[in-house]
Amino acid sequence: MTEVRVAGVGLTRFGSHPERTGRDLFAEAADRAFADAGVERDDVGELNYGNFMGALAEHQGHQAPLMAEAAAVRCPATRYESACASAGVAVREAVRTVRSGEADVVLAGGMERMTNLDTEGATEGLAIAADDLFEVRAGVTFPGAYALMARAYFEAHGGDREDLAHVASKNHENALPNEYAQFRTAVSVEEALDSPPVAEPLHLYDACPITDGASALVLVSEEYAAENDVDAPVAVTGTGQGTDRMALADRADLASTPAAADAATAAYDDAGVGPADVDVAEVHDCFTIAEVLAVESLGFAEPGEGIAAARDGLTTADGDLPVNLSGGLKAKGHPVGATGGSQIAELTRLLRGDHPNSEHVPDADVGVAHNAGGTVASAVVHVLEVAE
Amino acid sequence: MTDRNEGYDEWIDALSEGAGYALVCPEGHGSLPPRRVCPECGASPLSEEPLPETGTVETYTVVHVPSPRFADDAPYVTAVARFGPIRLTGIVRGVDGDLEGVGDGDPVEVGTAVEAGVGERETDDGRIVVLRPVET
Ligand SMILES: [Zn+2]
Repeated sequence: MTEVRVAGVGLTRFGSHPERTGRDLFAEAADRAFADAGVERDDVGELNYGNFMGALAEHQGHQAPLMAEAAAVRCPATRYESACASAGVAVREAVRTVRSGEADVVLAGGMERMTNLDTEGATEGLAIAADDLFEVRAGVTFPGAYALMARAYFEAHGGDREDLAHVASKNHENALPNEYAQFRTAVSVEEALDSPPVAEPLHLYDACPITDGASALVLVSEEYAAENDVDAPVAVTGTGQGTDRMALADRADLASTPAAADAATAAYDDAGVGPADVDVAEVHDCFTIAEVLAVESLGFAEPGEGIAAARDGLTTADGDLPVNLSGGLKAKGHPVGATGGSQIAELTRLLRGDHPNSEHVPDADVGVAHNAGGTVASAVVHVLEVAE
Repeated sequence: MTDRNEGYDEWIDALSEGAGYALVCPEGHGSLPPRRVCPECGASPLSEEPLPETGTVETYTVVHVPSPRFADDAPYVTAVARFGPIRLTGIVRGVDGDLEGVGDGDPVEVGTAVEAGVGERETDDGRIVVLRPVET
């Protein structure tokens, strides 16, 4: 089985670009990825593209050929949709495609355009990631679903809004030097606590913003990199995916995310590493409680102890295991269908040493990306390692 | 175009008549319709078993930023309550059907006993599962 290398990564600035089309956003990210990789577009064997709500936001289905045009590649092109994990599954399939020998070069990533909708439209768009009959009709919004999990977590394990505010404050701090981040402003624990409620117990600063943006990765086989003198020092050594019951109410436990634990176990086994080997992680903090649940599912903290990870400094930039040095979804932004690709782009730069926050992890060899869909009915975990 | 959802519609009709049910497989796993096999273990047949008269709130949230279908309903309380072999997700309403008290002292807590029925959204009269606190 060939090793998969990250030859190049590209992002748009995440933020509010309501007038920019999805095809233009993805074209920019792909352009940057090709420039970073030094790989010819003609060599791309497949395009794996993630997008969640393009049919609602842009009245545009069948986006994969459109994005192949935008990136100027002519090859099999497929759109992947798993809600907020859309790009994660697109990348995972790209890894499997390169490993299988089906293609030496795959362009993978995603795009979401959201701010052209008003808040109500975006809220409605995000809500369709939940079970329409039994959740959405009962008033479950995306923040509402995570609020239900947060309350269940507090009941099961303790913890409070202040613990969550430490997650928000940490991630805003991390985003300050990140030129791709939507919010490059510090938020104190007090400011986070004082923000208005969205779905109690979650308040405005517990939630990621509505974001436009795109991500693109050029993944290549180890042999292709060697033959073409492509500098690709970071390898994707592990991939795993998990699935849970769609509706939160149908899960055995409302305060944990076993799909992410399943994905992590598979990805760690695939890479031959364990949680103790991980030096840095990008996790799916669409809400502050989601980072807590992710840290536990990835094995960085025992169940019930993830709530203290940011407050106690385990996951801060100068902690033993920095989490979301990019700023996370929370501060960097969450263009839904692009997020899974952007996490791997950020991790790659952190491991290569050319990320503005690389100074916090100078000796990092192993990174983990955790991308979740809906209320973690879908989860994808990737392990990245410095190969050269 | 039809708004009907076979299986779900019959289920919510029954709930509105005080005859709510769960589908239960031979192994005792509960689920909600439409189902052909048990989503937990794949077993069949599934029997319709009456829901207990009261359930227990396991978690809830006060939603302040609604989707368009709930624009006139916010703020409102969504809760997940255990009813025997299943949980139901519903809007919590007081005995008068209003949302008085939301925002300054929640009308439910984890552990509150509730009964399940059917109400209408204020925004568009759509039918919703309603959970009402009951005296225990
Ligand atoms: Zn069963």
